[in-house]
Amino acid sequence: MPKKGTKKGKSADDEPKEQNKLPEHLEVQRTRVVCKADAPTEGFQYAGAFAAMGIDNSVSVDKFCKNFKVMVNRLTEDDMEFDMIGIDASIANAFRRILIAEVPTMAIEKVLMVDNTSVIADEVLSHRLGLIPLDADPRLFEYISENDVPNERNTIVYKLHVSCKRGSPRLTVKSGDLEWLPEGSQLPLASPAQSGDKQKTYTSFGQSQKDIFEKPLGVKFKDITIARLGPGQAIELEVHAVKGVGKVHAKWSPVATAWYRMLPEVVFREEIRDDAAEKLVKKCPVNVFDIEDLGNGEKRAVVARPRACTLCRECVMGPTGEQVELRRVRDHFIFTIESTGALPPEVLFTEAVRNLEEKCERVISELS
Amino acid sequence: MRHRREGNTPHTAAAVSAPLSALPPPGGVMEHGSVTDSTASTFSIMDEDHTLANSVRFVLNQDPRVAFCGYSIPHPADNKVNIRVQTTGDSAKDVLKDSLQDLMVMCQHVRGTLDTAVTDFRQNNPTDMNVDLNKK
Repeated sequence: MPKKGTKKGKSADDEPKEQNKLPEHLEVQRTRVVCKADAPTEGFQYAGAFAAMGIDNSVSVDKFCKNFKVMVNRLTEDDMEFDMIGIDASIANAFRRILIAEVPTMAIEKVLMVDNTSVIADEVLSHRLGLIPLDADPRLFEYISENDVPNERNTIVYKLHVSCKRGSPRLTVKSGDLEWLPEGSQLPLASPAQSGDKQKTYTSFGQSQKDIFEKPLGVKFKDITIARLGPGQAIELEVHAVKGVGKVHAKWSPVATAWYRMLPEVVFREEIRDDAAEKLVKKCPVNVFDIEDLGNGEKRAVVARPRACTLCRECVMGPTGEQVELRRVRDHFIFTIESTGALPPEVLFTEAVRNLEEKCERVISELS
Repeated sequence: MRHRREGNTPHTAAAVSAPLSALPPPGGVMEHGSVTDSTASTFSIMDEDHTLANSVRFVLNQDPRVAFCGYSIPHPADNKVNIRVQTTGDSAKDVLKDSLQDLMVMCQHVRGTLDTAVTDFRQNNPTDMNVDLNKK
């Protein structure tokens, strides 16, 4: 913990005061976003907003560490949903932004076209190749900069050599046809000066990538259509994949998308019964409400699945507008990460958090 | 003329241009303050955006020593943010550094908590774990 002696002392003094509860309407304003039929209401963020009432609205590091919670709802190989509780939107948003734009992956960056007689133009084909997710751990690679020579630590080379014979039906070229070249490029750069010299190619690999990496560096999905060839057409090319980040080009983004939403909360201000209840249940497109039978023919609406709420506000418009209140919990985020496959989603999130730490560290070191 | 980050350049065979992947070398941090008064300063951070600035702004706002803070991006084409910090007496630079330090501690805690949650989830859902292990 950094030097927070003064702060710690203060929060200890404040401990009894924290017993003070805000009146309910202010507590709602502090911790919820209320979604009215026309617009949501803004709340308070300022640390001293309720200082006059003896209530501390600040989030010190200690307090944050005490209250922060994570619950994983779903975790598969490339998909993850978890609840993040007790964090501010600015930091949750930083994680989301970093996930999309600043966590590195490997993607095809250069295409060396030898032959392309297909109907798809060189640049369109190249663009399609660039977007193919590769099954390579970017943490094992280095960035290549302008004057760097492509080597086994910063470049992955693939070859694509397909042709459609005359007289045969059309051929679909899939991403699985890309063949990994662990020894580097096979295209000669110039003829050797002396016959004994090693042939120079577009890359200079010191050793085979087979010896460095445990598993072959293939493509993540083998069934992505790259092009279609008619009889007599052929494509021959070599591609070089390098490490990059999503803010330079979306092909380097490690996530299909990453997003969060605040936890919805649906509250009845007063009971809704009988016909009105039936109407309310029907009105909701995502079935948030259910009917509870009270016996002797009486019915009451209950909130059954608040998490399903998309805040379409259908229920706060019209006759039930005064009885239903839609809220979102300000510090509860349902975070979803869809990985494109290079890294599993939980690792991506860890990388994103570490990235934010590195940013802080950089600024601290440059300030001093 | 403003420098623009190259975005969607097509990848062609002959074009062996500057690799887009190379990250720009991290720029500096500049403090614009006054010689006599260290309690108020604007910090210009190169190569950063809302990601860092908004998070730091939040942490600064939680610090009781801060009288005012805010950030802006002077022009969307510039890779730079300005963070304004005014304190009630301490040096603005120290307060900003403390905030960054706090943010780092928070990040470490987030990372640790998530790791634990994932481990717990895997233990409670062993089928998922088996699938993962088989595929790796």
